[in-house]
Amino acid sequence: MLVTESDKIREDIRKLTETYGRDRSALMPILQEVQKKYCRISDIAMQEIADLLSIHPVEVYGVVSFYSFLDDKPKGRFIIRLCRTISCTMQGKARVAKQLENDLGVLFGQTTADGLFTLEWANCLGMCDQGPALLVNDQVFTQVTPDKVHDIIEGCRRSFAQHVSQKREEH
Amino acid sequence: MISSVDKTCPLTFASVDPDAALKAVVGKKRSEVLAEVAASGLKGRGGAGFPTSVKWNLAAAARGQEKFVICNADEGEPGTFKDRVILSDYADLVCAGMTAAAYAIGATRGIIYLRGEYTYLRPHLEDVLARRRGRSLLGPKILGKDGFDFDIEIRMGAGAYVCGEETALIESLEGNRGEPRNRPPFPVDTGFMSRPTAVNNVETLAWAACILANGAEWFKKHGTEKSTGLKLFSVSGDVERPGVYEFPLGITIAELLRHVGGENAKAAQIGGASGHCVPASQFERTIAFEDVPTGGSVIVFGPDRDMLEVAENFLEFFVEESCGQCTPCREGSRKLLEGVKMLRKGTCSMKYLRELCGLGQTMQLASKCGLGQSAPNALLSIVEHFKDDILGRTPQAV
Amino acid sequence: MADKCAKCEETRAPKSQRAHEIVAPAAADAIGAQVSATIDGKEIKVPIGTTILKAANELGVHIPTLCYHADLCIAGVCRVCVVEVEGQRTLQAACAYPITQPIKVHTHTAKVRRARRHILDLLLSEHYGECYACGRNNNCELQALAKEYGVDYFRFGHPDKPRFETDTSSYSVRRDMNKCVLCRRCVRTCIDLQEVGVLEVARRGAESKVVTFEDKPLADVVCINCGQCINRCPTGALTEKDFTDEVWAAIDDPTKHVVIQTAPSPRAGIGECFGLEPGHALTFEMNTAMRRMGFDKVFDTNFTADLTIIEEGTELLLRLYKALVEKDKSVALPQFTSCSPGWVKFIEHFYPEMLPNMSSAKSPQQMFGAVIKTYYAKKNNIDPKDIVCVSLMPCAAKKFECNRPEMCDSGFKDIDYGLTTRELGKMIAETGIYLPDMPKSDFDDPFGTATGSGVIFGATGGVMEAALRSVIELVMGIKVEDLFDHADITPIRGFEGMRIAELKIDKVGPVPDILKHLVPNWDWLKGATLKAGVAHGTANAKRVLDDIKAGGKFSECHFIEFMACPGGCLGGGGQPIPTSPEIRAKRAQAIYNEDAAYEVRKSHENPAVIELYEKFLTDGPCGHLSHKLLHTHYTPRGKFIG
Repeated sequence: MLVTESDKIREDIRKLTETYGRDRSALMPILQEVQKKYCRISDIAMQEIADLLSIHPVEVYGVVSFYSFLDDKPKGRFIIRLCRTISCTMQGKARVAKQLENDLGVLFGQTTADGLFTLEWANCLGMCDQGPALLVNDQVFTQVTPDKVHDIIEGCRRSFAQHVSQKREEH
Repeated sequence: MISSVDKTCPLTFASVDPDAALKAVVGKKRSEVLAEVAASGLKGRGGAGFPTSVKWNLAAAARGQEKFVICNADEGEPGTFKDRVILSDYADLVCAGMTAAAYAIGATRGIIYLRGEYTYLRPHLEDVLARRRGRSLLGPKILGKDGFDFDIEIRMGAGAYVCGEETALIESLEGNRGEPRNRPPFPVDTGFMSRPTAVNNVETLAWAACILANGAEWFKKHGTEKSTGLKLFSVSGDVERPGVYEFPLGITIAELLRHVGGENAKAAQIGGASGHCVPASQFERTIAFEDVPTGGSVIVFGPDRDMLEVAENFLEFFVEESCGQCTPCREGSRKLLEGVKMLRKGTCSMKYLRELCGLGQTMQLASKCGLGQSAPNALLSIVEHFKDDILGRTPQAV
Repeated sequence: MADKCAKCEETRAPKSQRAHEIVAPAAADAIGAQVSATIDGKEIKVPIGTTILKAANELGVHIPTLCYHADLCIAGVCRVCVVEVEGQRTLQAACAYPITQPIKVHTHTAKVRRARRHILDLLLSEHYGECYACGRNNNCELQALAKEYGVDYFRFGHPDKPRFETDTSSYSVRRDMNKCVLCRRCVRTCIDLQEVGVLEVARRGAESKVVTFEDKPLADVVCINCGQCINRCPTGALTEKDFTDEVWAAIDDPTKHVVIQTAPSPRAGIGECFGLEPGHALTFEMNTAMRRMGFDKVFDTNFTADLTIIEEGTELLLRLYKALVEKDKSVALPQFTSCSPGWVKFIEHFYPEMLPNMSSAKSPQQMFGAVIKTYYAKKNNIDPKDIVCVSLMPCAAKKFECNRPEMCDSGFKDIDYGLTTRELGKMIAETGIYLPDMPKSDFDDPFGTATGSGVIFGATGGVMEAALRSVIELVMGIKVEDLFDHADITPIRGFEGMRIAELKIDKVGPVPDILKHLVPNWDWLKGATLKAGVAHGTANAKRVLDDIKAGGKFSECHFIEFMACPGGCLGGGGQPIPTSPEIRAKRAQAIYNEDAAYEVRKSHENPAVIELYEKFLTDGPCGHLSHKLLHTHYTPRGKFIG
């Protein structure tokens, strides 16, 4: 039988409700898991979650759009979030930002054509003593200089290539 | 990966045994634990400075078959990172503090609400919790005490500064938009899932554990009469040695700056984006709840810094991080930011600046929660102290 | 009021938008839980937990509000109602602040006045549009507040261009988010009061906006078109889709024969458009006005309301016959009414599996159109293509209903335009008529003839009362008056959200002529207890449907009346603004007074209906022709959006 992407999402969400329950308080953990796995929370996912938690899809959308780390639109596999708060600004954030744009070929708020990187601003990352700081997904990088930007991006590419070849071997 | 921390100051937390705290707790009656915390004069370390014992007493007195202790680890105030350090290095102390709070108020469930930006800390914290469960420091019958059941789970934030406000945090836990509630009622009687809930900052809980291990008198050796004890500071900006420091409350700003190598500063932002900007002329003021209050963030500005850029950065922060439900905060922050941009372009009249300052005062008075009430603080203090810097700009200066 | 979302525990609204229950201290319970409050020097004792706003109202102290609405849960977001409470550092929202200990409140100190003025300036700084080019001019709460606080210039600017495109995708509701002030009344109406869940706030901070799911056009989401959000919007952000230009064009076209039918509720509400207190019916003044405007014929929808009772009642008796006598297990019971188009779309979206329970009878509006473009056209020798059928409805959803593709059984669009009470009020004003001063005149024959039963369709429980009046007489063979004084079946009146009435059929009469071809006798009903349910507001409808699914007490009903709007049609989305429980109660009183004034008060006695069956629908109720013209089918839409 043909299993479509949306069937897969539905099944995943159903399993998540087994873990977290069907109370509305399960919403955030479920959204975070879906976000982690699919790099976004699609309209199908939002409606499915709403159905299982007995809330309205628009409420799920309201929540997803409220939090910076949840997205309904597709994002890159690596989301790079550069801290834009004053301490990092004072430590050279602007030049790191420029170099990120140059190396990725996109502006802040955009995703690279290969779907690998999304570049975003973040508010204070709590690394003010070691700025400029940025997050790549969950991982934090501190004392970033324009020079280090290239290494960080290449590191992501390498880990993605590894991930892909691992998947191939599994098959 | 847990990032290394540039510590430049030994912390008291390193010398306190979390187990001693909990052993002391189970040897006492609930009322004795509450009395000990009350005697210490401990006030909330997150910034608001609400007396911890009052919160716990109210939660203890509230009716409800289930109660919650929530550790507010949504450290989002710009310039604040001491909770990250505490959670990295002294998580056991925080857990001991939560467990003590649970004992005192009669809670059975604890939640650490960890900000999404600190996701990398989660595996470490899960380890700490697992180890504590293994040692009977969490779970049923803690330390063999009948009827003392308590466990802690970790829930993640998702990138919303306003969730550091305790009722917004609870909304977020309940699966809603992180929008602060009307108060009263307060979380101590109608909190998470409408149950009595004590929400405390990471550092507050750690100090509570220290107090229960070493006694209220030990804690009160430091600080002032109204601001007892030691406090962790997150110092960043134009200083030689940024990092996390521990000082007694009541320390003058000048003294703090001497320790961190920031003597030639032109101003210091105490309390993050929602705090106040103190000019060099007032560096003899003390950091304490009765003078300049803070959650621990100190951002230092050197002689060449443009204070308008600072104001603009903070207001951009609030425009983005306001939950957007109440008019003064949502629209007011936007107007203040537009005003700062006008100032930077040199197109703002004195009359309009006065209007904006009046609007700032309205925001302080009429906003629904602490975020909106403090959003104009930085701009108002910068306008008050640095008028010569900000008026009459020529457009080229931008 | 049962239609208020007071029992917040049962609703799924975000807790921040709920009125929190105040836990009174244990000691206070014992002493009667009264607390004293001093507001502007006046003292009052109120129950613990009373809000400052409520206490002030009782004292006659005016506090301005914007996000507060009597039908909705507390939000406390606009901050217009801030007051100074002694001992509090900040100002407090009067609508949201519960009095739990003795307090002193000042409602118009310098701080308060300045804060309110600033808040209004801020709202205006993002409110795009000019008052004189707005459908809510002179009926806008933001405008009224600006006047109250003497706003004479835009202190913090005023937008010179729109930020958002107006959403005109829906036949019923038009959304212009440039005028939205984010008071969230629509959100609370949609999620809390109606539990439809189409509108919610998305994003945050300065980017906050009231949206549909993924910001899709309203026509593409699960909106049921009830228009309750319109009634509670303080500004012109939400309005009905206006068809007055089209109707004027038809009137002005000499080749068109323009007829208008008027539903019961608009006549009870339209006076409010002309400044009258709620509760003044202007039925006959309205007839004169509409003739002067140029409508060729002025009919009463009550005629087809009576027709609906006959068709729907017959359908019910047939279902019961099949179930009880023929033991047909496939018969869906209870039978649901189908008059309320908001309710119809609600069940199509959220409970499509229960559509077999819906009566297939069209709503009175649609029956009217079908009869006009067939029977009336033929009788008067008018080409149906030249007839423009306009309906005056208290309803936003009727606009959608008349545009349903299946609603053209006459061979033409049965109804061309549905107007709301507000739209007609506007058209009357445009004609230079002050409605209350109009001389009275009657409806046009033959469809002007109606009964009191038709009139009460406008109130919740009305369809049920009308149906019961006929059932009692047609089945039991006795006079309703023998059971209920003046034929007022008062037990099923009122505003309780969900209710059940029982009628014991302890004797039966002969089968009346009109039904003889369908059932041989009524003996099979003898001794039965007819159970009828009533629910108004879709939140209550949802509870009733869930109860039926769970095999609860409503599953034992035979017939359930559903109305999408709280209070029934008199509280419809097309009625004059504002609305409140008090206003709806007054309109209901006006409707029941109208009913009492009718000579004929039972649908089956309506002479025009009898004539219609004699001359046109000759194979009787639920016969072949009536099925073709007066019955319809439904679309299981589901709630998932592709």
